[in-house]
Amino acid sequence: MNGSLASRTLRIEPPREWQAIDLPELWRYRELLYFFVWRDIKVRYKQTVLGAAWAIIQPLSTTLLFTVIFGVLGGMSKQVQGPYALHVFVGLLPWTFFANAVNQAANSLVGSGHLISKVYFPRILVPFASIVGGLIDFAISFAALLALMAFYGVWPTARFVVLPLFLIGTIAASAGVGLLFAALIVTYRDFRYVVGFVVQLWLYATPVLYALDIIPERWRLWYAINPMAGMIAGFRAAVLGGPWQPAVIAVSAFSALVCFVVGARYFMNVERRFADVI
Amino acid sequence: MSSDTAIAVDRLGKRYTIGAAIGTKTFRESVVETLTAPWQRFQHLAGNGRSPQFWALRGVSFTVGVGEVLGIVGPNGAGKSTLLKVLSRITPPTEGHVDLHGRVSSLLEVGTGFHPELTGRENVFLNGAILGMFRTEIRRKFDAIVAFAELEPFIDTPVKHYSSGMYVRLAFAVAAHLEPEILIVDEVLSVGDLHFRNRCLGRMEDLRNEGRTVLFVSHDLTSVRQLCTRALMLNGGQIVDDGLPDEVTRRYERLHQDASSAALGAAERVNPPPDYHLRRVELRNAADEISGRFDAGDTIAIHLWASGRAPDNSYTVEFKLFNSQDQIISFGAANPVRNTYYRADQTHFVCRLGPLPLTEGIYALSFTVRVWNAGRWDYWDRAIGFEIARCDLFKTGHGISNVHDGDFVIPQEWLAGD
Repeated sequence: MNGSLASRTLRIEPPREWQAIDLPELWRYRELLYFFVWRDIKVRYKQTVLGAAWAIIQPLSTTLLFTVIFGVLGGMSKQVQGPYALHVFVGLLPWTFFANAVNQAANSLVGSGHLISKVYFPRILVPFASIVGGLIDFAISFAALLALMAFYGVWPTARFVVLPLFLIGTIAASAGVGLLFAALIVTYRDFRYVVGFVVQLWLYATPVLYALDIIPERWRLWYAINPMAGMIAGFRAAVLGGPWQPAVIAVSAFSALVCFVVGARYFMNVERRFADVI
Repeated sequence: MSSDTAIAVDRLGKRYTIGAAIGTKTFRESVVETLTAPWQRFQHLAGNGRSPQFWALRGVSFTVGVGEVLGIVGPNGAGKSTLLKVLSRITPPTEGHVDLHGRVSSLLEVGTGFHPELTGRENVFLNGAILGMFRTEIRRKFDAIVAFAELEPFIDTPVKHYSSGMYVRLAFAVAAHLEPEILIVDEVLSVGDLHFRNRCLGRMEDLRNEGRTVLFVSHDLTSVRQLCTRALMLNGGQIVDDGLPDEVTRRYERLHQDASSAALGAAERVNPPPDYHLRRVELRNAADEISGRFDAGDTIAIHLWASGRAPDNSYTVEFKLFNSQDQIISFGAANPVRNTYYRADQTHFVCRLGPLPLTEGIYALSFTVRVWNAGRWDYWDRAIGFEIARCDLFKTGHGISNVHDGDFVIPQEWLAGD
């Protein structure tokens, strides 16, 4: 007989003060992560008429809205190089991923309360599954980006090879923030409302609608403490060209790492209480 | 650790914080709580507050040998579910530890994680993965699972269109194809119709015959007798009995004639009468902790709470003490003993009982509220039980049990007669 997740001898004891992530265990449970993602996608596409098209419609319609309001009426299109719509769309790709990942990861645990009170598995799989699910939407809207670039006559350069690095930074930041909120929401349900609000404000602290250049030079490194600032600036530079901002990217990358470590740490520390309070 | 031990539980304890701290809080409540905590602590120290924590399990130790089918019985609130949750790793213990030797599957319900929008086929894979099966394993067993559930024509229909019977059949079929070395299973068998129940029991018998270790929690004493090779009785978070299923279940029945109403240590009235009645009882030890377990020579503080204002002043509360053969062995009442009469607005009564001269065994208490020598207002039958865990009043090092030596030890003095 094969295929069990439990090792031969298992000791159950009171949790230690600082729980580390049990990586071998996470690896043993990788198929469950796969099934969680698979379930979320199946269910989403069964319940929606347009299915995967939403992954394109959402950023596209937001881009249209922002282009009209900020670009045309607000006159911001003069502050960016190249077509404003493309500028916004490129920024919205990682941003939409970040915002959805944070929102969904944050609410995922409470949404899986029934599962958590009936079966054991590493709880961190639940928010991770939300984030991985978001990656699939990201891939779809990335295809839309290529189409939009072709439309504007902007062609990919060799800079594309560094895109995954900014994606990894975005994943780290969203996982950190998502895990933190997920754990907070289990204990304090009012954080449900905080998440949406925080993410909404966060958009304006991130160079999605505007270019990084409008931030005065001397504030820029402080600004880069927002991990999404450097990730989106870098993402945009990789897609559309323009100067790299190595210092900004470095500060944001470090900040994303800190986010991830803090979020994961807090999550692991309160994980043991989930089944008792959910 | 001998090689034929499957489960070793060592001094396991699980403490819950009761009151506002359990369940979810809002951030605001938490802030308020923090700000008022010093005052609450002061009140607690001053004796006005109740202990905010309670042990759902305490000092639980037992081992289960490979191939044993252990049934766990006990009234509601005895700690059965907590024990299951700790053994299934859903909630961590507060103290002690458990060693599980072998692959474990735990089944606290069937169909955990089923999604109504997904088809039967999809749910088999999802549920299998949740229960710990790998994809290859599920694929290999898929046809057998579907055949077992007798759902071949509907396997690609979303389960939201299933009848509840079909749903349970599919869910159970997945669970039945787990191949653990140790199976931890809750009362899942009591759901569904008779046909389904029999299939569950049949599957459990298969497991037993295959030499697997099963830990089975149930209210259903018949299936415990039928399936198990050994039984434990839990009460008040502790093991109060351990032995052959026939004997343990018989003692359990004797102690808890209405199995859902009585507990050791503390109990809430189940199905109370509509009028004035006793609603809660707690037995507390010298440290003022709720306990269902005492030693001979201890004094029990019996706390009783009434549902509200009594019909009249000047009434009394009485107890009757039963031994494990269900015979009345003692009686006590507030007014003839201490000349205590309660007022109508009093709803909390305390009786300090002891030092207890009782021998080792299980005892039960019933309570009456009445006007002395007049009609009674309330009778709470077998309200609460307790165990005398150790009786060695003569300090011989040997316990005195009520099986052979009666229920009492009477203070005695032995002299030479001449």
